[in-house]
Amino acid sequence: MPKKVPEQIIRLGIVISIIFGSVALTLYLLPPALKDKPFHRRSTILAETAKPIQFAGSNACADCHDDKYQQKKTGYHRNLSCETCHGPAAEHAADPITIKPFVARERRGCPTCHEYDPSRPTGFPQINPTIHNPLQPCVTCHNPHDPVPPRTPEECAACHAGIVRTKAISSHALVACTTCHTVPEKHKITPRIIRPTKPETRDFCGKCHAKGAPVVDAPKIDLSTHWEKYVCWQCHYPHLPAERL
Amino acid sequence: MNQELTEKLTDLLSQVTGYIYPNEIEIHWSILIVVYPYVTGVVAGAFILASLVKVFNVEEVRPTYRLSLLTALSFLLVAPLPLNLHLGHPERAYEIFLTPNLRSAMAMFGFVYAWYLMGVLLLEIWFEYRGDLVVWSREKQFPMKWIYRLLSLFSNDISKRALEFDHKAAKAITIIGIPSAFLLHGYVGFIFGSVKANPWWSSVLMPIVFLMSAIVSGIALIIFLYMVITPIRGETIDMRCLDRLASFLFYAVIVDFSLEALDFVHRLYESEESVKILATLINQKLFMSLLIIQVLLGMIIPSAMLVAGRAWRLSEELRKLLYFTACILIQVGIFSTRWNVVIGGQLFSKSLRGLTTYKMEVIGSEGLMMALALLVLPFVILTILVKLIPPWKEASRQTS
Amino acid sequence: MFVGSVIIRTCRRKGCDMKRRDLLKNIILFIPVSGAFRATIQAAQANSDLNGYHPENHYYGMGIEVAKCIGCGKCIEACKIENNVPREPFFFRTWVERYIIKKDSSVAVESIHTGGKQPKETIEEKDILRSFFVPKTCNQCANPPCVQVCPVGATFSTDDGVVLVDRDRCIGCRYCIQACPFGARYLHPQTRTADKCTFCYHRVVKGLLPACVEVCPTQARIFGDLRSRASELVRFQRMNKIHVLKPYLNTEPKVYYSGLDGVVN
Repeated sequence: MPKKVPEQIIRLGIVISIIFGSVALTLYLLPPALKDKPFHRRSTILAETAKPIQFAGSNACADCHDDKYQQKKTGYHRNLSCETCHGPAAEHAADPITIKPFVARERRGCPTCHEYDPSRPTGFPQINPTIHNPLQPCVTCHNPHDPVPPRTPEECAACHAGIVRTKAISSHALVACTTCHTVPEKHKITPRIIRPTKPETRDFCGKCHAKGAPVVDAPKIDLSTHWEKYVCWQCHYPHLPAERL
Repeated sequence: MNQELTEKLTDLLSQVTGYIYPNEIEIHWSILIVVYPYVTGVVAGAFILASLVKVFNVEEVRPTYRLSLLTALSFLLVAPLPLNLHLGHPERAYEIFLTPNLRSAMAMFGFVYAWYLMGVLLLEIWFEYRGDLVVWSREKQFPMKWIYRLLSLFSNDISKRALEFDHKAAKAITIIGIPSAFLLHGYVGFIFGSVKANPWWSSVLMPIVFLMSAIVSGIALIIFLYMVITPIRGETIDMRCLDRLASFLFYAVIVDFSLEALDFVHRLYESEESVKILATLINQKLFMSLLIIQVLLGMIIPSAMLVAGRAWRLSEELRKLLYFTACILIQVGIFSTRWNVVIGGQLFSKSLRGLTTYKMEVIGSEGLMMALALLVLPFVILTILVKLIPPWKEASRQTS
Repeated sequence: MFVGSVIIRTCRRKGCDMKRRDLLKNIILFIPVSGAFRATIQAAQANSDLNGYHPENHYYGMGIEVAKCIGCGKCIEACKIENNVPREPFFFRTWVERYIIKKDSSVAVESIHTGGKQPKETIEEKDILRSFFVPKTCNQCANPPCVQVCPVGATFSTDDGVVLVDRDRCIGCRYCIQACPFGARYLHPQTRTADKCTFCYHRVVKGLLPACVEVCPTQARIFGDLRSRASELVRFQRMNKIHVLKPYLNTEPKVYYSGLDGVVN
């Protein structure tokens, strides 16, 4: 005997088919663009690529400013993009007459990169803006398109601000840099190629710190017994000698 | 930019401790996302309680069977609201059905939710109530008559065979419903547990912990409702039922507590790179909400109350008082659990070096008032449902 | 049905200025128009709509030489200008972190240009063991967790290896922000959608460098095509020991660091 389908199942079946049917119908009627993922991606890429450009790129600058480009390409700033200092210039490139880019003639632009900061890599040229020719715009002495020191720096602090600051609070504060380092004149012009000397032997420090040395207030040690297998700066940082590592 | 937001974020910036990534100052999942797992938890818990009657034939708790189903439905109807309201573009929510990303845990929400609502809960309630609906539609006058007729889908058959069929169907649906309830809430846990970038969330235990705490909150809420509604109706509370519910609640709390303790001890013992920042998080930001509210007030004290009621054979009145207090404490505790997961997980930086702060809005679409409204709404729905299809008058039994 | 009610409900909320009447009009207009729109778009697809640019021939990445970064912040500034990123210090597509490892081996980190506390001022120089800057940006992961979690598929990887966000379809759920281990995403306060670094996709397809790379004064950032043997990035990878951020999360980042300190995360 075939079992009769209960009445409630038939009713539920109708309701469920209506629900499913209307969902299916809605999905069918919806414009395919709404459901089409590749189309969404495509339109996103198109929208993304259509965004306006603000930075023109340094090649664009070279087209008109060949003189600056030639000057810059052999100097220390050769790898610098023009817009690093001059700001976004795509609008200027499109309309060179009416829209002019930013020109940093004041002092505040350069310290962004060249102010001394202990986190900056050593060797990167840094100055202490409060003692380095205060208030003078950088461009009076340095041509930003070919930045070389205009004259030999008088003080080591011009470049080695960090060391000088450390030394200033150490017990070597009154010892001049040149007491320990012989600085060839050419170091001031080509600092990376011609380098100053550094002490090489225990006897060098001994000139002040060995027993019987003529300097009165320097602490004395016996060079023959005081950790004789090491050189002094393995334990004492000369610019901060109080600190023992 | 919006001045208000700037001020808010500047204010938050001053309260950051340590280092956080610069985009991490703002808490992105607000109190509404705390409400969401809390509400779905109640749904799953209440349903599982209902299934004890249908599938496991725990006759003592039958008086709460229909109430559990209606509670589950009221909370389930509210569950998507907090999610929708917190979206940056709620008007685009339908996209989750049109272009679901099948690899996304969140994309499954719509499907899991629709299945649970339509495939399980509504069906079970319909089969459970169909006989009554037919009877009511015959007894009542216009317009209620037509509402009942519509609700019963114009069905008319209340023969013994038909009612027996309803009963069997409801039972079959419950059997499917238990794994579905597990799925619904385990899935909510998975949304958090699967975020590998966040060491506070990323845990394989997360779905299970969510599930157990869901059962705890569901049972506790049903006890609460049963104890409130029965005296209002002028009936007496069935102590056998209440004791049985309380013991189920106690077991659930114990399992939940053990799992959470396991998770905690495991993290502490493994002591991975995140352990320091998580310890700071607990000590500085979550001390009150985690250790005091969630663990002490929400677990230890109420389980002691539940045990005390039975162990010392206290009087009925005292037992009722203990159960009632325990249930309220547990609700607060479980809400705090959700808070600690959702908000706690965003208070520390993924750089593991610092903490930020959550400043809750009071008014506004993601504020406290909205959260409270969303927590009250299920009770409003429940009141309407209880008025419309009373869970205690089993009219069909009297007539058939 | 559902869609409409959702829209109407949202419009009642503060901050939505669409009138309900306009909305209904939009919905009615939208259906036929979008169908026609699609046809034109597909026709456009057949043509070279990217001006002869073929994404499948490229695969982009970025190299970062930590020792070269001077922490000048030009990249952050350029990125904000180029990409319309809000100027407030809570939204960044790229940023630079300063690390200071002290002699007691504690680590202090700050994001430069975000205001707030400046450890540089509170830490005495003699207490510093070592210090350096680390530029950060979206890692354009090959296995991106943000793409995995997006419920509506609004964020995706392009053929040339860039993760983009569809701001017309992002629903603003912020799951991607939670899923990004690097904090590279933020919610744009104007569009209310997720936003992130695109490697300046609009520049790259036209043969320009990303803005941050363009303005970097010390070439600490190297942009290039991993599919081209001659690219600067491939050369960078050949010449350096490479590390990526949080490799244990298996997101396969495509921002490659040389000289990255172990404390960086």
